[in-house]
Amino acid sequence: MKRLFPVLLILCIGLFAYAPFLIVAAPYESTMGLVQKIFYFHVPTAIAMFTAAFTCGIASAIFLFARRPGADRVGLAAAELAVLFGLIVLISGPLWARKAWGVWWQWDARLTSTLVMWLVFQAYLLLRRFGGPGSEKLSAAVAIFGAALVPFVYWSVNMWRTVHPTTNVLPTLDASMRGPFLWCTAAFLGLFVLLLTARVELESRRARLDELYLALED
Amino acid sequence: MTLMNLARAVVVGALLLTAPAVLWARTPGARTPGAQTQSTKPPAAQEGFVPVDQLPGQEELPAAPLVAAAYGVAWGAVLIYLYSIRKRLAAVEREMTDVARRIESAGRR
Repeated sequence: MKRLFPVLLILCIGLFAYAPFLIVAAPYESTMGLVQKIFYFHVPTAIAMFTAAFTCGIASAIFLFARRPGADRVGLAAAELAVLFGLIVLISGPLWARKAWGVWWQWDARLTSTLVMWLVFQAYLLLRRFGGPGSEKLSAAVAIFGAALVPFVYWSVNMWRTVHPTTNVLPTLDASMRGPFLWCTAAFLGLFVLLLTARVELESRRARLDELYLALED
Repeated sequence: MTLMNLARAVVVGALLLTAPAVLWARTPGARTPGAQTQSTKPPAAQEGFVPVDQLPGQEELPAAPLVAAAYGVAWGAVLIYLYSIRKRLAAVEREMTDVARRIESAGRR
């Protein structure tokens, strides 16, 4: 992965550099107008958040059942990214809603479940930070529950009546809007991989530092 | 004096009696019988609403600052996170160098 890092970095910079041109060139949505342009960052960051949550859950399960320390590092890195991308989703969404719905926030199924999922990953990080020795296992269990929430968050708009659009929007998206949307999704998924690699590297160095401290004590 | 009071009472009474009639006559569409049925007034249930495309300019929420804020928040959050990773990596590197030096000096002794 370290060898691929510079290639992915250049690719990601290219994707993000060209994204504004595609977003500006994309047509205005007929009822919402300019504010709908938030869609090109809001939905890709939500996809990146779901990917981070799944990565964290799977890595935590591997850590719990196979006892691999490397998986724990990936889990921790992915949890931080789930919180980061979740924060962007939870701020960009209300900014869009204020214009489209006339309110900043609605306690509907999609918005509330997204907030709950974000709080679960915040709990994971707090547990890691202040849980003391052995908190890795406890937080790994929390991460599995956090990842299990992803399908509920995704399907919530179809199961309950919400103000949030349903999952039908993306498959029926006009071709002129689908291109920029897929472009931005690729950019954010690339960014997720880049940040994950950098964050895992930080944890690996911390593990090496712990080994050095043990060697010093011996 | 009594005659004066009587005159005043007549004037005030006349004003009180004629005022509603004058006010009613000034109301648009009140003079013509059946004017209300011919006017283009919206039904009573819609009187409190204004179509969104007829709103005065100051009542429309501008979209541009909201879009700019959303994109700004996304980039701001990512850049702050990148900065925090860089800062933490630098701190770990410094500590590793320090511990390696201490191990080396302990080995010499």
